[in-house]
Amino acid sequence: MPECAFAPWTDPGAEPLIRFRNVTKRFGDFTAVRDLTLDIYEHEFFALLGPSGCGKTTMMRMLAGFETPSSGHIELAGQNIVPVPPNKRAVNMMFQSYALFPHLNVWDNIAFGLKRDGMPKDALRERVAEMLKLTHLERFARRKPHQISGGQRQRVALARSLAKAPKLLLLDEPMGALDKKLRQETQFELMDIQEKTGTTFVIVTHDQEEAMTVASRVAVMDEGELIQVATPSAIYEAPNCVYVADFIGDVNIIEGAAHRAGDKHYTVHWADGQAPLKAASDKTFSPAQNAFLAIRPEKVLVTAERPADAENTIQGRIHDIAYLGNISTYHVEVAGGRMLKAQTANTRRIENRGFTWENRVWLSWDSTAGVLLER
Amino acid sequence: MRRVFIIIVPYLWLLALFLIPFAIVLKISLSDVAMARPPYLPQFSWEAGPGAFLAQLDFENFTFLTTDDLYWKAYLSSLQIAATSTLLTLLIGYPIAYAMARAPEEWRATLMMLVILPFWTSFLIRVYSWMGILSQEGYLNQLLLGLGVISEPLIILNTKAAVYIGIVYTYIPFMILPIYAALHRLDSSLIEAAEDLGCSRAKAFWLITVPLSRNGIIAGCFLVFIPTLGEFVIPSLLGGSGTLMIGKVLWEEFFNNRDWPVASAVAVVLVLILIIPIVLFQQNQQKQNEAQS
Repeated sequence: MPECAFAPWTDPGAEPLIRFRNVTKRFGDFTAVRDLTLDIYEHEFFALLGPSGCGKTTMMRMLAGFETPSSGHIELAGQNIVPVPPNKRAVNMMFQSYALFPHLNVWDNIAFGLKRDGMPKDALRERVAEMLKLTHLERFARRKPHQISGGQRQRVALARSLAKAPKLLLLDEPMGALDKKLRQETQFELMDIQEKTGTTFVIVTHDQEEAMTVASRVAVMDEGELIQVATPSAIYEAPNCVYVADFIGDVNIIEGAAHRAGDKHYTVHWADGQAPLKAASDKTFSPAQNAFLAIRPEKVLVTAERPADAENTIQGRIHDIAYLGNISTYHVEVAGGRMLKAQTANTRRIENRGFTWENRVWLSWDSTAGVLLER
Repeated sequence: MRRVFIIIVPYLWLLALFLIPFAIVLKISLSDVAMARPPYLPQFSWEAGPGAFLAQLDFENFTFLTTDDLYWKAYLSSLQIAATSTLLTLLIGYPIAYAMARAPEEWRATLMMLVILPFWTSFLIRVYSWMGILSQEGYLNQLLLGLGVISEPLIILNTKAAVYIGIVYTYIPFMILPIYAALHRLDSSLIEAAEDLGCSRAKAFWLITVPLSRNGIIAGCFLVFIPTLGEFVIPSLLGGSGTLMIGKVLWEEFFNNRDWPVASAVAVVLVLILIIPIVLFQQNQQKQNEAQS
């Protein structure tokens, strides 16, 4: 997958917009965020991804100023923002509930923050008009929030939080309340707006697909800690642990003992009487160390005959087929009753498909297709 | 059929317990006082016929109300006392309602209970106990004298101050409950959003919390203002002879002077005055219902 040229995190001279330095946040006995250090750069679309209760919302609320870290500090453009109250920060937030003011119409909602800044009337009108245009809401300017649809409300919330041209925009599950189709459209719209305005976006989401779609980098969190921070493709193709591999997309995890088999090559003994699986890895494993081979279902080939040139082959019996229209997922039972998933694109019509339940098939993949993980 | 029945029941109730009594009072107000039983004339009789009966009715009592300045002064004084005590009740009730709505979830039921608790004791007994508290030898003066805050007992009972204390005490639950209901529904993320967009705490309160609890404030004000305007027990027990309120005038007219027609005229005018705030209150409730649906 080609990387776009925008990658300030690889440039050691680049000055980050936001710096979390050893930030810990405790609520009573509960530690929501644990000794966390993170840099976010200007113009980034940064996603905080994790299950509920992983600390991602707490991180966002600390950026907005609604929570104060128990220890550590947070810098915005080189300035420590911990003592700065929310109304004095160049940060705006789009709330999960949208938090539109029900007694004000769309226009006044968008103008709310600008009025607090004492912006001159003409400039204010111009700015609100610009925001309405950006979010395609011109026709609804005079409506009250309860008179417009959920998707429109979401765009009002976005326009309101962008109106003050913040250095940093925080989005708390911005598409949580939208249905799937609208969500996908909105994701692209959001990326468009981010590009047009050049604002740094930090988005909190529990939806891995959404994070992968919109973000320049994704931080996967669990129990108040960052597990992996990388580009979507790196997270998907090179997860650093089973948790990340499992959280992002579908994956087969095969546990076994790793043995060195040449430079950066290992074999994984995963079941008695089965040929060991070959895997390439940059990591070093001690002999017979317990390891996990993570392999994505779409990288596993299903064939009736054993392929001659494949590095890894396993025989199995089709247990189940999930037909999803564009793709089919085969659940194949292999040695020891273990279930492996393999995905194929349905390029041919259904009546021409080769396999059905109980067929004996061969699964195969190359040594570079999977990732060997320590934990 | 079922629907008609459901609608007809409240209307019958209204007819039997409000409209018919009101028509009787109106009729008495158009009659003349007499040494009779009941003490007014004419009495309706079928022999004379409705024509002769109606011919004897007149607006004399209403004109009488304008000739003696006692009446309009009493109306004005009642309006002033009702308005002032409504404002006082709002100023004290709003912070209480706000604190209740912000209190931890597990406390709210208890706090609500404390607001409603006084209703478990008779209203009259509660007002009488205020006499015990506010009188010159009362508990309040004893406490203040004991603490050395004052050297002479304060004269509170039988002044307007005592009336205000009594009204605010009695009616404050009617102010707290609708405001609490409005504030309780308020989404706290709205306040955070306002702060995020550049408001200070105070500004966010003024621009978001107050407008969004407007309907509660209006409902509370009417619920206090309307009954206070015709209040009789509190001014007569706590206010002494110096406090002029129309409820007291009405009572004296009716029981002391036995002038039923004039007393009825006073009551009819009071109802007419009250119709304005009642209609406004109804409109507010209706708007609120529409906004919710």
